[in-house]
Amino acid sequence: MRYLPLNDAERRQMIKTVGADVIDDLFADVPDDALNPSFDLPDHQGELGVERAFAAMAGKNRAAGAGPFFVGCGAYKHHIPATADHIIQRSEFLTAYTPYQPEIAQGTLQYLFEFQTQVAALTGMDVANASMYDGSTGCAEAALMACRVTKRNRVVVSGGLHPHYAAVTRTQLELLHSDAVVQAPVDINGSEDLASMIDDDTACVIVQTPDVFGNVRDLTPIAEAAHAKGALLVAVVTEVVSLGALKSPGEMGADIVVGEGQSIGNALNFGGPYVGLFATRQKYVRQMPGRLCGETTDAEGKRGFVLTLSTREQHIRRDKATSNICTNSGLCTLAFTVHMTLLGEAGLRRLAMLNHEAACKTADALSAIDGVEVVNNAYFNEFTVRLPKKAEDVVEALAAKGVLAGVPGGRLWPHDSETDNLLIVAATECVTDDDIEKLVSGLREAI
Amino acid sequence: MTIKYTKDHEWVRAEGDVYVIGISAHAAEQLGDVVFVELPEKGKTFSQGDDMAVVESVKAASDVYAPISGEIVDANQAIVDEPAKVNEDPGDAAWFVKIKASDASEIDALMDEAAYKAFVESES
Amino acid sequence: MTMNNQGRPTRADNAASDDAPTFTGNKALQIEEALSFEFGDFAGTGVDLPEPEGTFDRLGGLNRNNDIGLPGLSEPETMRHFVRLSQKNYAIDMGPFPLGSCTMKHNPRLNEKLARLPGFADIHPLAPQSAVQGALELIDALAFWLKEMTGMPAVAMSPKAGAHGELCGMMAIKSAIEARGEGGKRVRVLAPESAHGTNPATAVQCGFKVDSIPADKTGRVDLAALKEKLGDDVAGIMVTNPNTCGLFERDIRAIADAVHDAGGYFYCDGANFNAIAGKARPGDLGVDAMHINLHKTFSTPHGGGGPGSGPTVFSEALAPFAPIPYVVSEDGQYHLIETRRAAKSEGGDDTGGGAKSFGRLTAFHGQMGMFVRALAYMMSHGIDGVRQAAEDAVLNANYVQTRLKAEMTAAFEGYCMHEALFDDRFLKDTGVETIDFAKAMIDEGYHPMTMYFPLVVHGAMLIEPTESESKRELDLFCDALLSLAKRAKAGETAVFKAAPVHAPRRRLDETAAARKPVLRWTPPSPAEAAE
Repeated sequence: MRYLPLNDAERRQMIKTVGADVIDDLFADVPDDALNPSFDLPDHQGELGVERAFAAMAGKNRAAGAGPFFVGCGAYKHHIPATADHIIQRSEFLTAYTPYQPEIAQGTLQYLFEFQTQVAALTGMDVANASMYDGSTGCAEAALMACRVTKRNRVVVSGGLHPHYAAVTRTQLELLHSDAVVQAPVDINGSEDLASMIDDDTACVIVQTPDVFGNVRDLTPIAEAAHAKGALLVAVVTEVVSLGALKSPGEMGADIVVGEGQSIGNALNFGGPYVGLFATRQKYVRQMPGRLCGETTDAEGKRGFVLTLSTREQHIRRDKATSNICTNSGLCTLAFTVHMTLLGEAGLRRLAMLNHEAACKTADALSAIDGVEVVNNAYFNEFTVRLPKKAEDVVEALAAKGVLAGVPGGRLWPHDSETDNLLIVAATECVTDDDIEKLVSGLREAI
Repeated sequence: MTIKYTKDHEWVRAEGDVYVIGISAHAAEQLGDVVFVELPEKGKTFSQGDDMAVVESVKAASDVYAPISGEIVDANQAIVDEPAKVNEDPGDAAWFVKIKASDASEIDALMDEAAYKAFVESES
Repeated sequence: MTMNNQGRPTRADNAASDDAPTFTGNKALQIEEALSFEFGDFAGTGVDLPEPEGTFDRLGGLNRNNDIGLPGLSEPETMRHFVRLSQKNYAIDMGPFPLGSCTMKHNPRLNEKLARLPGFADIHPLAPQSAVQGALELIDALAFWLKEMTGMPAVAMSPKAGAHGELCGMMAIKSAIEARGEGGKRVRVLAPESAHGTNPATAVQCGFKVDSIPADKTGRVDLAALKEKLGDDVAGIMVTNPNTCGLFERDIRAIADAVHDAGGYFYCDGANFNAIAGKARPGDLGVDAMHINLHKTFSTPHGGGGPGSGPTVFSEALAPFAPIPYVVSEDGQYHLIETRRAAKSEGGDDTGGGAKSFGRLTAFHGQMGMFVRALAYMMSHGIDGVRQAAEDAVLNANYVQTRLKAEMTAAFEGYCMHEALFDDRFLKDTGVETIDFAKAMIDEGYHPMTMYFPLVVHGAMLIEPTESESKRELDLFCDALLSLAKRAKAGETAVFKAAPVHAPRRRLDETAAARKPVLRWTPPSPAEAAE
């Protein structure tokens, strides 16, 4: 077994050293009838055999890069620079632990500090943490944090929030208060009136921009309405590339910004691991969940970094912690930081405009088809079209031709027939004119 | 009037008609370098034993309980601005809050200095 | 002869090696590196992207019109920046990383290679299910391994980390209690004092109150004390097994029976499952729910703090409450059940989720990238290898415990499981504390052990060597620690207080960091910039 350095002679010798006769003497506390059961599982095999098995499974999946691809809704196909994937595979990053011994973990700590700075700058906030599991869990944590800050326990959820994000938030909050979540109806074109749903019990309003249908939203009015009632505005950004083109949530009055950072440096990975972004105002920093890296000096006065404010965290606070989270998305955070460092502001802005152009071109091409209507006025790299028939069937028909056309409404709102004919289409810098043509011709046939 | 202590390591001292409250030198030493203090707002009322304030070091976070019931009439902003003061002078300059007691007799049940000292020794 | 007048000396000069500072501050291979924000070009970039046509603007007037403030580095600068940073990190690939309860084992590179196959890395969570049958097959295969290895009938795959798995397990318990109509009554959760801090934090996040169970003299749950605390207001217990003292809970079945008799559920924290994987099944011990840290037991990389993955197995009693989504297979086709209604209409039997599911834990289907790695590890090792790995991990820990007992004080008597726990009695009156001892290990080239945890042991030092260490590494490690212990006892206190002196940084001032938190770089003010 290639992963185990001990040989049998050494094992025998070590068993003797510890004063045992056989290895199972060390397992004497395990009830006899539970020790060494038989398993219906295969024995070990070499790399070659394992690779074959995995290649067979991988071969049954259609990769985003294998053809025209327009699927988004919280996960986006972007190009990842080779450098980013190389750096995250360096042993010193890949096989390190959480930087609890800062003297020998400055590499991890410094990139976390750079990451926190990048995220704060992008979101227009004062501070960001060292990341959450993903955007959706970050969203639930933001709702909990707003409850702590305001000492209220009800949250208003926009009908434009990704329904999975809303579901995760509900799962978490309704455990504590069954009526904690006030969900606005599905809001296809971003015209909902959230302000009237805010009252004196509202801890926060959760609004996504661009929303799940792709609508770019001005958060300023809802921020003002929330603040007038003493509530916070939680802004959700599932496509972080949009921040290269759009006003930041911080500028529009958000108090907490959560985001999905997958688009920068991280592959689609069928949904995970991703990297949750979490940023807020300085005054709320002690109510923020998750790890934080801070600057300090060492015994010789040299600058260094440490994990700080950890009294908020579970390993010290235990039952009074701000959250039970005891990890961040380490390597995904590094991939984000490397990619963002390569892009810089200039690259990010350009990348954002390329995305916007691809989406506009795709939308124009689709709206030229009879019976297809684009529902959005303003959008970034994702928009929604209304089809003359059920979008799920259209998506399946196109998939059979090798075109992944988008996310059908029925996938996200299975209980809401109003969205059945909606198709949410994302177009990034990876989309070519040829891809758009194939989507258009496929869609024409399918409807 | 003399200083009185709780078994949760707060001290109380009368000052005119209000009671000054802080944490004991022993508690401050056990915490280590204090890095953060959160105090209640003036006007808030607490019952004896309620969580009233928070004091944190790098390695620990502790709640400070109200040793007597009453209304907060003053809070020591100086220790919020400079938490290190709690380590430097826990018994005096680093007081936490002043409380107007609703039932001054509650203080009678608290420990005097000698009893507190014995209590600390018995705990360790 | 021909003369060579290129007189390069070829012997080492034994001149004095004082620690004179260098001009750069660098120490040969240790290169100081500024923040990218301090030297990067705020107009620069390290990517070549085509020029946008500039003909479209449908941003609704919400265009960004301020500077973001992000420097861009060229590709070589980026590479150098991060490689220099990497060289300030300790890593398993460099040497023993004996962090107790963290399980820093070897991370096979085959796993990395397979996770990067486009058929896994480049597939979208919302792609039509017909386009991702292989991915669903892989999730189903991994679920089978996990259920088989734990002897449990159901598993929730979506938890993103160990603590998230705990949350998943406790949410299921909460839902089961509520389904029995006892939500308002059963509000208490019991957990040992030695529990990891996530346990009480998780219980509270689920709306429970936490009550602690004392340990007995052998470092295990005090069964009699536990029984006294049980009652009809108890929702369940959270017990780590093997526990955080590195010991198997001997009374595990009696504990499970007592809790079940009292109407509660048994949550087992599976952080230490690596000690018994292939040797014993939690399902045979009375467990109702347990999370499995794929990044510990099944070798997915810790990555400097994540990402983790925490699939959670369930007993028959809790399975109906497991979260969505989940995968089912039928006639060679795999289906992802994403909503409660679908679970019913699919005619599911509620095992693993469905109509009673407590809901959704994360946007998509869990940490697929970690699933690929974990399954690659399992298939490489096979069940015979998994069992051998558990045995080697336990043997290595006992070997270390036996050898170190010569100079150090073990917290408890008898054999340990996969980790050996020491206290600080051997440092009594030396002036050296656990943290000093740990920092001195850094100078010897080791990552310190877990220290000051579990809280039930004074000055705790928890050493988990894992199965990845050879006997040669273990012997050198033990020799080094024995030598440190002797030096501490010999009064070399100053050496310990100063340590580490050979690391990229000396001890850092955590107090200053927490008093005036500086959590991001900020641009210098115009006055500072002018200097």
